[in-house]
Amino acid sequence: MSKPIEPNSFKTGPDEAGHFGIFGGRYVAETLMPLILDLEKHYTDAKNDPDFHAQIAYLNKHYTGRPSPLYFAESLTEHLGGAKIYFKRDELNHTGSHKINNCLGQILLAKKMGKTRIIAETGAGQHGVAAATVAAKFGFPCVVYMGKTDVERQSPNVFRMKLLGAEIVPVTAGAGTLKDAMNEALRDWVTNVEDTYYLIGTAAGPHPYPELVRDFQSVIGKETKEQMMEAEWRLPDMLIASVGGGSNAIGLFHPFLDDKDVEIVGVEAGGLGLEGDEHCASLSAGKPGVLHGNRTYLLQDDDGQILEGHSISAGLDYPGIGPEHSYLQETGRVEYVPIMDTEALEAFQLLCKTEGIIPALEPSHALAEVVKRAPKMGKDKIIVMNLCGRGDKDIFTVGKALGIEMETE
Amino acid sequence: MKTRIDTRFEQLKIEGRPGLVTFVMAGDPNLEVSQEILNGLPVAGADLIEIGMPFSDPMADGPSIQLAGQRALKGGQTLTKTLAMVAEFRKLNNETPIILMGYYNPIYIYGNEKFLKDANAAGVDGLIIVDLPPEADDELCIPAMDYNINFIRLATPTTDAERLPKVLENTSGFLYYVSITGITGAAAPDPDRVGKAIAAIKAKTDIPVAVGFGVRTAEQAADLGKGADGVVVGSALVSVILDNLDSDGNPKAGTARAVHALVEDLASGVRSVKH
Repeated sequence: MSKPIEPNSFKTGPDEAGHFGIFGGRYVAETLMPLILDLEKHYTDAKNDPDFHAQIAYLNKHYTGRPSPLYFAESLTEHLGGAKIYFKRDELNHTGSHKINNCLGQILLAKKMGKTRIIAETGAGQHGVAAATVAAKFGFPCVVYMGKTDVERQSPNVFRMKLLGAEIVPVTAGAGTLKDAMNEALRDWVTNVEDTYYLIGTAAGPHPYPELVRDFQSVIGKETKEQMMEAEWRLPDMLIASVGGGSNAIGLFHPFLDDKDVEIVGVEAGGLGLEGDEHCASLSAGKPGVLHGNRTYLLQDDDGQILEGHSISAGLDYPGIGPEHSYLQETGRVEYVPIMDTEALEAFQLLCKTEGIIPALEPSHALAEVVKRAPKMGKDKIIVMNLCGRGDKDIFTVGKALGIEMETE
Repeated sequence: MKTRIDTRFEQLKIEGRPGLVTFVMAGDPNLEVSQEILNGLPVAGADLIEIGMPFSDPMADGPSIQLAGQRALKGGQTLTKTLAMVAEFRKLNNETPIILMGYYNPIYIYGNEKFLKDANAAGVDGLIIVDLPPEADDELCIPAMDYNINFIRLATPTTDAERLPKVLENTSGFLYYVSITGITGAAAPDPDRVGKAIAAIKAKTDIPVAVGFGVRTAEQAADLGKGADGVVVGSALVSVILDNLDSDGNPKAGTARAVHALVEDLASGVRSVKH
C-alpha cells in the first residue's frame, strides 16, 4: 500500500464516523448500533464536562495512585552502555497495570448512562482484574469472558477476579484466547442490550471505543511529558511500548505524536517467529480487514478467516490491533517491530536482576527492544519505555518456559 | 430491474401466505452433502434460501450456527466454493431466490467489486452482511445496486422510530426483522410483541418484512407468519445436521433427507396461514 501524504497533525483522528484514515469505523450488528451511538453521545457530553474530568482526576490520584513515577533505570542504562533509559511505571498502579486508567473512565460512563451490569473480555487477566475492581468499587455485577487457555495459564488473575466478586466465563470456542473472549462478550452484549455496559479493555472495537480508551490512557503520555521536562528539561528521543490491542502504547504515544523529533516504536509479539503462524504480529505480518467492529490490520488467511495468534504473553495474544495503530503505521509516524518469545523472556530476567523489578511479559517485549536499541544510541540520548504491568501473574509461565517446577497448591 | 426476491414476494402476495426462508451454512457438514441439501430445499418447500458464508468469528451467532461454520471451515469451505455452490444450484433452479448471509471480512478480502460481479454471475440475488450497518452503506450496499443484488437489512427490537428510517433507507428485497435482542438460535420470540413491531415497520415501508431468530417449529412459523411476509428458520435446520453426525463427525446417510423433512414440516406451517 502506498504511503499517504503526511498530515499536518497525527492527532486529529478519529473523524465523525470513527475513522483514522481508512481504519476504525463501526462494523457492528444492527442491534448494537443504537447503543454505540448512545455511547458516543454520552462520551461527547462527558468530554465537555469539567465535573467528569474532575472525578477521573480524583480517582486517578487517590484510588490508582497516579501520577505513576517516571523512573531513571540507572543500572540497566549502565549495563546496556548507551541511551539513558526511563520507565513510566504504570505497573505500580492499583491492580498492577495500566488497565485501571481505562476502567475508571468507562465505569463512570456506564454510571452516567444508567447501566446496571458490566461485561468485559480479558486475555492476560489484567483488564479483567481492573474491570472487576471498578465494578466492585461502584457496586456493579460484573461478568468477565476469558478464553479457556488463558484461564489455565493466568490462574492468579482468575482468582483475583473471583475475590473481587466477578463471574468468570471460560470461553471454549476457537483456541480459547482473547479474540474468542471478545466474540463471546459481544454475544452477551447483543443479548443484554438494555442494562449492560461493555467495558472494552483495549483501544479497539467499534467507534467510539478506540477513541475513548485512548483518551483515558493518554494520562500516561501526558504525565510522561511533564515528568520528562522536570527531570531532563527536554522531551525524550524515543518512546517504546508493547502492542497487543495497543492501549498502553497509544496512551504513551498519543500526546507525543506531533512532536516530530520523538521517535516512536511499538513492539508486537513475534512469538516463535514471523515465518510460521505462531506469532501475533498483526502490523508486521497481517493485512487490513474488518473484525470486532473496526477495520484494522489482522492476521488472516486468503479467505479472510481470522487466524489464532500465538504469544508467550496472553496480553499480546490478539490477531488484530487498535485501528489508530494501523493508521500510525501506514503514515509512517510509528515504527512497529516484532520481538520473539525468547527475547522477551531474556529481557524479563534481565530487568529482575538489574533493577529489582519483575515486569509482566507484555512490557518485557518492549524491554527487549530497548535492549537492542539503547546500546546503539549515544549516552546523551533518552528512551522512555512504558512498563505497563507487573509480572507477578507471569511467574508460572516464565517458570515453565525456563524449565523450573513450582509448587502451585 | 426486479430480482428473484422481488418476484417471489409478489407471487407469495398473490398466494396470500407468508414465505418460508431457510438458512443453511455453505459447506456444512461437507461440500457434497451441503450441495445436496441446498439443491433439495425448493422441492421441500423453501420459498427463499439463505446461505451462510462461514466465518471464523461469527459474533452475532449462537452455538448451533457457530458450530456449523466451524464444520464448514474445517472441511475447507471458502467464499469461492460458496459461490460455486450457488452456480451449481442455478443449473437446476432459476426461480428460487438465493441470499448470501455472513460477515464482511471474507468479502472484503475477496474484493468488494470482484465479489459482487462473481456473486451476480453465480446467481445470487441478495446479501445480508451482519456487521455492515447503514453507516457503512458506501462499502457494499450501494455498489451492490449496480449488480442487481438486493442488500437486506436487519431491523431489531433496538431499532426505534428514530433509527428505522436509516435502516430502511437503502434496504431492498425485504427487511429482516430480528425477533429478539440476542444471537441466532436463542430464546423463542413472543408472537404478540413481534406482530406489533412488524406492524409498526409496515406502516413505514412497502417492502416485504420477514421475521427470524429463534423459530424452530411449524406452529411458531405459522404464528409469526400471520403478520409477516416471510419466516426465517436457521438454527433448527443446522441442528438437524449436528444430530446426524457420526462419532467421527461425518454425516450419516440420509442427512440431507432429514433436513428436507424439517423443511417440509415448516412449509406446512407457513402454508396454513391465510393473509
